[in-house]
Amino acid sequence: MLAMFQYEFLQNAFLSGLIIGVIAPLLGVFIVVRKLSLIADALSHVTLTGIAASLLLSKEFPALFANLNPLYLGMGFSVGGSLFIERLRSVYKHYQELAIPIILSGGVGLGAIFISMANGFNVDLFSYLFGSVSAVGRADLWIIAIISIIVVFTVIFLYKELFLLSFDEEHAKTSGISAKTIHFIFIVLVALVIAISMRIVGVLLVSALMTLPVAAALKVAKSFKQTIFMSILFGEIAVIGGLFSAYYLNLAPGGTIVVLAILVLLATILFKKWQVTR
Amino acid sequence: MKEEIIKLDHITYKYEQENVLEDINLTVREGDFLAIVGPNGSGKSTLLKLLLGINKVQQGEIFLFGVKISRFKSWERIGYVSQKANSFNSGFPATVEEVVASGLTKKIGLFRFYTKKHREKVIQALREVGMQDFLHRTVGDLSGGQQQRVFIARALVSDPELLILDEPTVGVDVQNVSNFYELLYDLNRNLGLTLILVTHDTGTITEKVTHIACLNKRLHFHGDSNEYEELNNQDMSAFYGHDVCTIKHDH
Repeated sequence: MLAMFQYEFLQNAFLSGLIIGVIAPLLGVFIVVRKLSLIADALSHVTLTGIAASLLLSKEFPALFANLNPLYLGMGFSVGGSLFIERLRSVYKHYQELAIPIILSGGVGLGAIFISMANGFNVDLFSYLFGSVSAVGRADLWIIAIISIIVVFTVIFLYKELFLLSFDEEHAKTSGISAKTIHFIFIVLVALVIAISMRIVGVLLVSALMTLPVAAALKVAKSFKQTIFMSILFGEIAVIGGLFSAYYLNLAPGGTIVVLAILVLLATILFKKWQVTR
Repeated sequence: MKEEIIKLDHITYKYEQENVLEDINLTVREGDFLAIVGPNGSGKSTLLKLLLGINKVQQGEIFLFGVKISRFKSWERIGYVSQKANSFNSGFPATVEEVVASGLTKKIGLFRFYTKKHREKVIQALREVGMQDFLHRTVGDLSGGQQQRVFIARALVSDPELLILDEPTVGVDVQNVSNFYELLYDLNRNLGLTLILVTHDTGTITEKVTHIACLNKRLHFHGDSNEYEELNNQDMSAFYGHDVCTIKHDH
């Protein structure tokens, strides 16, 4: 089995998977307890717009953009989208959830225009939608690693503030910490993680990797820290198991990862039931 | 004379064109336990928002610890407990320790970590509210009254000199309400903490507090609780606009 790791593309895929299996559920915990899961969904669609824009640029202006990694524009659009969502949330104070369909449909609409302008792409768009075992390059791996280091350190150093903001936003505001800045940093981190996770799980399933392991952990964890560690554990089980089965069965990894994450979730629900009735 | 913790000087506050508060004068000194009572719409929550700096003063002036509120910076000297038992997400996966520790966020400071020393403070704060055995329990599993004690511990953990409580017994069952007031009484008498309690409950509190302020746009009565007892029911009915429960004292 270890023989498969002599291929560089598989090394890239598994190393990226290991990293994403940590950071997606790590931020996912804060997203879920703050009831912002739908924002992750909206941002993943905006990421797709950025990727479509990047592919269009490299097709129309190959001299300038032939070697542009689509991840960069994906990240740019995702971060831009997150800032736009925040703006819309303050414009529609009483209908904050409206920001999500506006951004989501806007992103997909714009993406569809870019794709049709390019008359379809010769690269496999399917791999961006549902992930791919073979598409992760060394350059992608480096971007993923660097962003992840930034994310992990930010969460460690702002852990107290992020916890307070998640548990009790009102108290965070009256206690004199700069709740607005912390929230802003958090939302930018989410946008970056969504963009870099997309290579492995695909645009349509990124938010699942941020929410399903957390949903499972919520069933069994006894504290907030435990929720974080269990979410990461469940995330890793889904990502690594999903990549192996995707490789051996020749399936899209986004699909296998999400199905495994759902199986883990079902297992924790059953475990909880069994524990209660025992 | 003890230190003036709060002084309201001719405070008037308007929403749109309508006066919500009219010419309020009120002084709270160190060690006082003041209850602000009044019916719905009497301006209680507006008064609180002014005290916490959420709403800005329009007319008159507020002094906190002798400093004009517009220049006041040491908010860590004031602890605030809101009507939390009603509104927090009870599915939140946090232990009592994690919740109380979050009260130290400002005090520990940015980029610094929760240490053993802080943990001892958390345990001490929980001991003060009689919840030290619940350190590792999930907050969502506790009763409303226990949760409210945890939120008081969260306010106490950063060593405030003044604690402001907004209708803290909403969502706490009747039997636990008197235990809860007993706890506030102890905090006031034993720890010397200055307390302001905002409530519409005129029954049980009067025997615990040192001062009572009756608010209905204007301050109708402000004095120590012995004087309050002497008010007859007629005055109180006129104040509330309907019958109020009689205040009974056994001691």
